[in-house]
Amino acid sequence: MSWIAIGVTADIPLRGARCVTTPQGPIAVFRTVENRFFAIEDRCPHKGGPLSQGIVHGAQVTCPLHNWVISLETGMALGADEGSVRTFALKVEGEKLLISSEALARRTA
Amino acid sequence: MNKKERLVIVGAGMASGRMLEHLFETDPERFDITLFGAEPRGNYNRIMLSPVLAGEKSFDQIVTHDAAWYDAHQVECRFGETITRIDRAAKMVCSASSETPYDKLVIATGSAPFMIPVAGRDLPGVMAFRDYDDVQAMVAAARKKGAKAVVIGGGLLGLEAAAALRLYGMEVVVLHLMGHLMERQLDAAAGYLLQKELESRGIKVHCKAQTSAIVGHGRTEAVLLDDGTLYPADIVVMAVGIRPEARIATDAGLHVERGIVVDDRMLTSDPDILAIGECCEHGGICYGLVAPLYDMAKVAAKTLTGVEAAFRSIETATQLKVTGVSLYSAGDFADAPDREDIVLRNSGAGIYKRLVLKDNRIVGAVLYGETTDGAWYFDMLRKGTDVSEVRETLIFGQSRQGGASLDPMAAVAALPDDAEICGCNGVCKGKIVSAIIAKDLTSLDDVRAHTKASASCGSCTGLVEQLMTLTLGDKYNPGAVQPICGCTTLGHGDVRRLIKAKSLKTIPAVMQELEWKTSCGCAKCRPALNYYLVCDWPDEYADDYQSRFVNERVHANIQKDGTYSVVPRMWGGVTSAKELRAIADVVDKFHIPTVKVTGGQRIDMLGVRKEDLPGVWADLGRAGFISGHAYAKGLRTVKTCVGSDWCRFGTQDSTGLGIRIEKFMWGSWTPAKVKMAVSGCPRNCAEATCKDVGVICVDSGYEIHFAGAAGLDIKGTEVLGVVKTEDDALEHIVALVQMYREQAHYLERIYKWAKRVGLDEIRRQILEDPQKRKAYFDRFAFSRKFAQVDPWSERVSGKDKHEFRPMAAIGFPVVAEGAL
Repeated sequence: MSWIAIGVTADIPLRGARCVTTPQGPIAVFRTVENRFFAIEDRCPHKGGPLSQGIVHGAQVTCPLHNWVISLETGMALGADEGSVRTFALKVEGEKLLISSEALARRTA
Repeated sequence: MNKKERLVIVGAGMASGRMLEHLFETDPERFDITLFGAEPRGNYNRIMLSPVLAGEKSFDQIVTHDAAWYDAHQVECRFGETITRIDRAAKMVCSASSETPYDKLVIATGSAPFMIPVAGRDLPGVMAFRDYDDVQAMVAAARKKGAKAVVIGGGLLGLEAAAALRLYGMEVVVLHLMGHLMERQLDAAAGYLLQKELESRGIKVHCKAQTSAIVGHGRTEAVLLDDGTLYPADIVVMAVGIRPEARIATDAGLHVERGIVVDDRMLTSDPDILAIGECCEHGGICYGLVAPLYDMAKVAAKTLTGVEAAFRSIETATQLKVTGVSLYSAGDFADAPDREDIVLRNSGAGIYKRLVLKDNRIVGAVLYGETTDGAWYFDMLRKGTDVSEVRETLIFGQSRQGGASLDPMAAVAALPDDAEICGCNGVCKGKIVSAIIAKDLTSLDDVRAHTKASASCGSCTGLVEQLMTLTLGDKYNPGAVQPICGCTTLGHGDVRRLIKAKSLKTIPAVMQELEWKTSCGCAKCRPALNYYLVCDWPDEYADDYQSRFVNERVHANIQKDGTYSVVPRMWGGVTSAKELRAIADVVDKFHIPTVKVTGGQRIDMLGVRKEDLPGVWADLGRAGFISGHAYAKGLRTVKTCVGSDWCRFGTQDSTGLGIRIEKFMWGSWTPAKVKMAVSGCPRNCAEATCKDVGVICVDSGYEIHFAGAAGLDIKGTEVLGVVKTEDDALEHIVALVQMYREQAHYLERIYKWAKRVGLDEIRRQILEDPQKRKAYFDRFAFSRKFAQVDPWSERVSGKDKHEFRPMAAIGFPVVAEGAL
């Protein structure tokens, strides 16, 4: 598995998110209150809202358009809503954040 | 002109407060009234001191009559002045500094805490639990880390104090002289269950404790019992009982036994002097509970106005106000040969119920752990209902009678219309139900406002809510008690109150202290908490942008495709060629697809890419624009008509006033968006009468409107009042908005808040009470110092750069090419 550096941990505020653009569309990278990092597709399964702009709570994000709640761990919509977004492998090496290039590739298959 | 009779009242407590209310309802013009109170403050709901001590309520919330109320009713208040003597011959009351003549005198001096006569009782650190000063002293002591408290007295008051002090983390010991706690209300078995419950909370209970001394050098350090036990104590709270405060009556030669003796009309042995409340004695009994005191107040008001009325002693029920303990007792349950007991115990569930019967009638009831049937038993007790027919199943409660279902609602449904629901205020079921129907009441606060049910000690709140559910069905939405979200059991009102009461100043502190169930809240509670903290601690709280909705974080409105819209501020809706040119240039430069005029007289540029926002703002900023806050829970727009500058009908400079309001109020966060308008004449071209706040200019001044809506709901505004000058108009509007900022629930528009708190209350505070108004105004003015920073120029200068740029841009990965 090869990894692509996307930045450092300090780039993302606690309970916040940034987005990474890719040819296949944006990916949202999250940092939770417990300092865990997640990468998921930046597109709500409901109406395509930018999840990277939502409020981050626990290991979840609430979409800014219509308040769907998406699990950062599984990519699944929580509560009464049904749907899911892709999740991507992410690793932290010291300060550095790296995203799996294979995950990016598989998305297009 | 007839000279009014002079009524002097000594004692500004709950009984005299209630008497004044009755007096003003029936004969407001009859007396010139002077009110003396030894405490340096007006009347408050003394039975709610325990929740204040526990931090569940603030003092302001238990004030029943404030300065404005006394003012409005022209009561001359002499608070802090102690009456030392009554001169009956000269018909005067005397203090150290004054002599005040009366035609009628009401003594309502209440009671004094009984301090047991042991050595050391005068040491600093020994206190009673009687008034707000005591509460403040206890809270101050409890703040000290590792502080220890000894409470002497295991009755209602002592236990409420102990539980509250324990909540602050103090080590608490309760010393009780008798064999079990609350022996006047509980039998030994229930006393034992209560003791176990308190011990499980870390409160040590020592019964049969005979205090022999309080010891310490210069201040209290420990309490010594006669068996040699020594309990360390930083404070000692004496709650062993009260005695009627009857000294001035005794000195004046009135008939006094334990209390000041009164007849059925509340007259003392001097026909021009009445006595009410805890200081008096009727039929050999001194009362200490609120219900009979309120009855006395009513009777005294009638006697004063020459209406026949008689006080009758009544049965009272008591409940312990300790969160999480359900305890109900009523009547008499001493053992006697002609009495029978029915007892139900369920130790697993911690339930104990005991009914005492005499001649097939209930004379006493003790319920522990499960108190829903209290009102039912009490109703039968008061009426002397013969229970022989239902005896077998009586103890299982009302829901088990006559094959009725187990639905908890059934118990309330089966109560007769004259069953008393609120003991404090003597409100029966029928009155509550008919008020709900006749006045279309849908919230608990409404019902409290209209019937007073559950408005005093609040222990019947559950019953009142059940009645509402019963009467309204699905229409009853207990919004006031609904939790903010799944992260907490507390509602918005409780959280706002506790933030102030406990001085909570960060979101983590709120979540920790108020026992949030999630690690860092959710998208519903965090923005609410962030607003409450911004509002309550403007100079101390650091705004948490991660707890703000994206629009407020990036200061633009997100659109369905993820682009944003930008609305620059145009003060009062007025613009210029230079501004319009700048907007046109920005639209061209950034290829903005749509430009539209808004309902609030602004120009909206739609479809701006997020990365372009700082560039757009920079160009707009150079033309003098700041953010229009079209995305904010804050002041959006003040819409105006052209007013006296141009219009042939205009009466005042409506445009100028609109601009002035907007320049004063922009930038401050509010619970929900605030839209305003100023119309220059009653033709109302600015449509001010459907706004959150509106002004209609008239020849004589400015008519201020509020609580309109033209969105999900449509509602015309209410009139706050008419003021003479532009300065007055600004002060009233700012004060009104500040009151809303401090009280409303997050996302609650002004019209909903106003409905909840009542229009009269708002008028009373903003229109009729200049001091309150000024204080609100000043608090807004203080907080705006921290709010009026243009967020756009901040971001043009580099703030929150991360919001507007992707973290990284990745090209096609090598492996992806094969897959394509």
